[in-house]
Amino acid sequence: MTTHTPALQANMMVPDSTFEPGMQVYTMKLGMWVFLLSEVMFFTSLIGSYIILRFAHPDHFAQPGVVLNVPLTAFNTFFLICSSVTMVKAFAAIQHGDQRWLKLWLLATILIGSMFVGIQVVEYNALAHEGFVPGAAEYSAVGREAFKAGLAETAPVVGGPLYGATFYTMTGFHGVHVTIGVICLIFVLIRALRGHYIQLDHRGVELIGLYWHFVDLVWIILFTIVYLI
Amino acid sequence: MTDTQHTTPGAGHAEGEHHEAPYLLIWAVLLVLTLAEVGYAFLSLPKFWLALGLIVMAIWKALLVTLYYMHLRFEPKRLWVLATAPLPLVVILIAAVLTEF
Repeated sequence: MTTHTPALQANMMVPDSTFEPGMQVYTMKLGMWVFLLSEVMFFTSLIGSYIILRFAHPDHFAQPGVVLNVPLTAFNTFFLICSSVTMVKAFAAIQHGDQRWLKLWLLATILIGSMFVGIQVVEYNALAHEGFVPGAAEYSAVGREAFKAGLAETAPVVGGPLYGATFYTMTGFHGVHVTIGVICLIFVLIRALRGHYIQLDHRGVELIGLYWHFVDLVWIILFTIVYLI
Repeated sequence: MTDTQHTTPGAGHAEGEHHEAPYLLIWAVLLVLTLAEVGYAFLSLPKFWLALGLIVMAIWKALLVTLYYMHLRFEPKRLWVLATAPLPLVVILIAAVLTEF
């Protein structure tokens, strides 16, 4: 008969065949962590590139709040943090075998996550309308207030093309991750509605939770680096 | 831990051993830190101190999410090793970038 240490048993969510004894977690959870660690390096490379460009061309980057809408994004950050709470509450619910609250918290996470993406689209639309778009050679960000005051043509230039390119690359990749997360959450919710998750086996909820919290974590870093510094 | 918990191939942590962090308290701390970040970003301080303070607050928030919402604090130590494996690479990459200037 196979014997396991208490620590190992405590992490057993499924039969031994899917358990990874080396890491003492089930294999899909180990896989998710490895995937997330590769994502750490992906976003680090983006942030590293941003730092290089920002130091090399400081004239391309505006001061915080001049071009980007910090209050709106802070509000959006609040949304994403709230969605992390609802996600972890969904996980806690199924840990207690509470099917009803699992579904409700998952639904709340989906709605809040969708609102985050929606607000990001609104933000992109407003910025593009003000002329803050990536790539155009002659593009120069003039600032949100200057645009609103109708001074876009005469106001001093506060940024250059690298600002838009780096902003849309970093926040865009994050937005894609959130969108994928919402789609996966819908899939998990459908499975929850069909009763696929039980107190003794709720791996899908834990895995999407890990991914969702990671996306929140990345935004915490991006919000600071892109919007506030 | 009871015998029942030992033999339960159950939830992420054995039944009765759920490590439920104070999720709402952490949410409140994250919210306060976010507001503090926004307020701090517009203070009239030297750029270095602004950046340093903001990065410290961001790392603090990231740690709270990782340790409590991702439950890393309650995971086996071996997973800790795995989870922190890319951090030296992150430091090397950022440090290498900064030494360019």
